[in-house]
Amino acid sequence: MAATAISVAGVAMRYAARGASVAALADMSFDVAEREFVAIVGPSGCGKSTLLKILAGLLPPTRGEARLRGTPIAGPRRDIGVVFQAPVLFPWRTVLDNVLLPVDVQGLPRDRHRRAALDLLALVGLEGFEQRYPWELSGGMQQRVSIIRALIHDPAMLLMDEPFGALDAMTRELMNLELQRIWLERKKTVLFITHSIPEAVFLADRVLVMTPRPGAIMDDVAVRLPRPRSLDAMSTSEFGGCVARIRARFNAQGGVDA
Amino acid sequence: MTSTRNVALTIGLLCVSLAGWEGAVRLLAVPIYIVPPPSRVVVALWRGFASGLYPRHLVYTLTETVLGFLLGAALGFSLGIAVASSRYIEYFVYPYIVMFQSLPKVALAPLIVIWFGLGLASKVVNAALVAFFPLMVNTMVGLRSADEDRVSLMRALAASEPQIFWMLRLPGALPFVMAGLDVAVILALIGAIVGEFVGAQHGLGMLIQSMNFTMDVSGQFSVLLLLSVLGLALNKGIAVLRRRVLFWDPSVKSRSDAL
Repeated sequence: MAATAISVAGVAMRYAARGASVAALADMSFDVAEREFVAIVGPSGCGKSTLLKILAGLLPPTRGEARLRGTPIAGPRRDIGVVFQAPVLFPWRTVLDNVLLPVDVQGLPRDRHRRAALDLLALVGLEGFEQRYPWELSGGMQQRVSIIRALIHDPAMLLMDEPFGALDAMTRELMNLELQRIWLERKKTVLFITHSIPEAVFLADRVLVMTPRPGAIMDDVAVRLPRPRSLDAMSTSEFGGCVARIRARFNAQGGVDA
Repeated sequence: MTSTRNVALTIGLLCVSLAGWEGAVRLLAVPIYIVPPPSRVVVALWRGFASGLYPRHLVYTLTETVLGFLLGAALGFSLGIAVASSRYIEYFVYPYIVMFQSLPKVALAPLIVIWFGLGLASKVVNAALVAFFPLMVNTMVGLRSADEDRVSLMRALAASEPQIFWMLRLPGALPFVMAGLDVAVILALIGAIVGEFVGAQHGLGMLIQSMNFTMDVSGQFSVLLLLSVLGLALNKGIAVLRRRVLFWDPSVKSRSDAL
């Protein structure tokens, strides 16, 4: 087993809302190994995004401890890349300059990363779009820009919060293939949050299943499908078995989106 | 094609309304010290320009307006940044600014003339005082309207607060700032004219007042026309700036798509 990249131990989160305190995360514990692709599925409002904010260092947990590569998270870090549900691009920056945003923020040499950015743009089929502006791109293209922006400073870990949630079903499948390809090529640790069970099973080595709010982990499903996976993998019995098992766990809890 | 037809239509409509005005004034024998016919206004305009009188005062008023606008814009922009970035400044200073703003500036103009004299300075100050507020409010709102996701992204990248300000909040506030400038430039012109009304030796406002004393209504009409053209030109100037600065903003993009 490889070294541990992300370790979450007894993390709980409570929000104060109008005098009452609301529990977002009950008690989360899990580990993610280096270069592992782990997906987290859960019903809406189960605290998935709260978990991601804690790991990104944007929110301190009420209880418990999260560590990245052994060091406790005490704030935002430079060795992670974050992808949100919306592309979150800056309309006044060109595509290339959007990709280079982390480079500018972290004061890294622009020349060297400019070449890396052009390579990444080529990797996701956006050659020739460097000098365009985000609003000239389709939703899928924008999300690809936001993914390679998360990769430009070569972080060890990628945190992805429902990155394809806003895309149509067909674009979404293409983006899943694309993400797998990038991951196979760059071998980062990925924590991928989604509410689509098939998407989670297709992409991940392991799927963590969350309970409804307050979130906790109720199952940990290993997906034993060979890589690279094509869309045909979705019709294998291993795929179907994993999806059925996760769905059954949700139904026992009152259904997805309950 | 359509644009040439539109231009022809606009000119045609203008000619018809001017002819209607001319005809009505002559037919009803309206005295020229009440409403002059457009032909008299054109003659007054011509004479004003030929004698060099109008250009001299126009340049004076334009100088007052532009200087006042620049001063007011700088003041409004800095105050907007200050109020937006500090809760203390908002709490302790902002109420006084609002109180000052609710004061009619016309009522303040005589004092400003006493303090800054009959020359350029009092008009510039007057124009600046009228122009700064919309820019301050717009800058404030613009800086605070930064998209939460974008702020989270910057934070997740370990960006410092100054970096978030320069890379995100300030460019994101520009649509609001430009809208503020749009209003401020016209307010600056009004401020300058009000200042000239109260006491001045030069400028188009002073010219209107002196023509009023001599019942030269055609002259007043011609100066009013000049003022509205001046206002339009200043507004267009801001519009050009806006298109260059905000090429990425939906308000500019959609307009350039439509034309």
